[in-house]
Amino acid sequence: MPPDSASAIPKPPDFHPPDVMTPERPGLVELFVAFAKMSLAGFGGVLVWARRAIVDQHRWMTPDEFNEAFALCHFLPGPNIVNLSVVFGARFRGIPGSIAAFLGLVGPPVVIVTTLAAIYAQYGEIPALQRTLTGVSCAAVGLFLAVIARMMMPLLKKRDPVALALLAAVFAAIGLLRLPLVPVLLTAIPLSIVVTFIRRRKVAA
Amino acid sequence: MNSPTSILFTMAWTFGLMSLLAIGGANSTIPEMHRVAVEVRHWMSDAQFADMFAISQLSPGPNVLIVTLIGYHVAGIAGALVATFAMCGPSAVLAYCVSNMLTRSTHSIWPAILQAALVPISIGLMCASGFILALTADRTLIAAALTIGAAALALTTRLNPLWMLVVGGVLGFAGVV
Repeated sequence: MPPDSASAIPKPPDFHPPDVMTPERPGLVELFVAFAKMSLAGFGGVLVWARRAIVDQHRWMTPDEFNEAFALCHFLPGPNIVNLSVVFGARFRGIPGSIAAFLGLVGPPVVIVTTLAAIYAQYGEIPALQRTLTGVSCAAVGLFLAVIARMMMPLLKKRDPVALALLAAVFAAIGLLRLPLVPVLLTAIPLSIVVTFIRRRKVAA
Repeated sequence: MNSPTSILFTMAWTFGLMSLLAIGGANSTIPEMHRVAVEVRHWMSDAQFADMFAISQLSPGPNVLIVTLIGYHVAGIAGALVATFAMCGPSAVLAYCVSNMLTRSTHSIWPAILQAALVPISIGLMCASGFILALTADRTLIAAALTIGAAALALTTRLNPLWMLVVGGVLGFAGVV
């Protein structure tokens, strides 16, 4: 992990408004343990556990603060929950905090997954295991489709033709035509930003 | 892509770039992972890719860890570590910088516009992920039925998703799928 590119920016140790100051700032070990716990509890998604631990259990953030931090991490690229661990750790303990939270989140499951990968490399050819995994992946894809359907609901309800057209175009380019991601995003992102910007101005005017 | 070092380098570059392109989360780059790992580099077969998705869903931790499996498959433990850090590192550094910037200068309209602009793209990518995963996993009608059944149950009930994975595994073991 090279976070040194960020060290040019002087880090704000606790740039919290005083009224929402949490009772105690978590230490590095606490950050590591908390993120390791939520990560290991999180089958099929860590977010629910992250909210439970950070907001309900430790009260390190209010629900609003958590939503705000997560919204930021969701619109930034990369694995959302990994981003959240980094942003969260940095807020309390600067760069060492983000490293501790990141290692807690990713370290223990990486050990587990690597072990599974080694087992798969050894025994992946066994027919019974093959069949089992095929069954699991069918179900896993179903769960994944359900998540996507949930995500699409708000967009479908808004009936925004421009957004839906963009969605369909990205789907066709990546899913049907199998175009490489880089050129597709380099086209879609600027286009979407310009269109969004123009439409917002129209609404404002 | 002959020597082990050059494979590691290829993976670091591939996943490092992907990290910054994963709009809306790691799962939106599944089509690109599939394209690179199966079609361009021939690191694995279609079926192996589907297996790795299944294993990553069966494991605890963030979904992004499918790259750990791909990395291990390609280059052992070193590959697993390189793939994982490459996929998490660049976006983590970016998140750190942006979050620092936002605590300073507030009240800009751009975060909201960016967010609104990225939502349809991110969901379009996720749809493509779902489509490609369904194509790789569902090779028979019964398999497709299992996928649809799991999706329907997940949408209509509050059943723990692990149960559906277990049932899928049992059906697969029994040779039904």
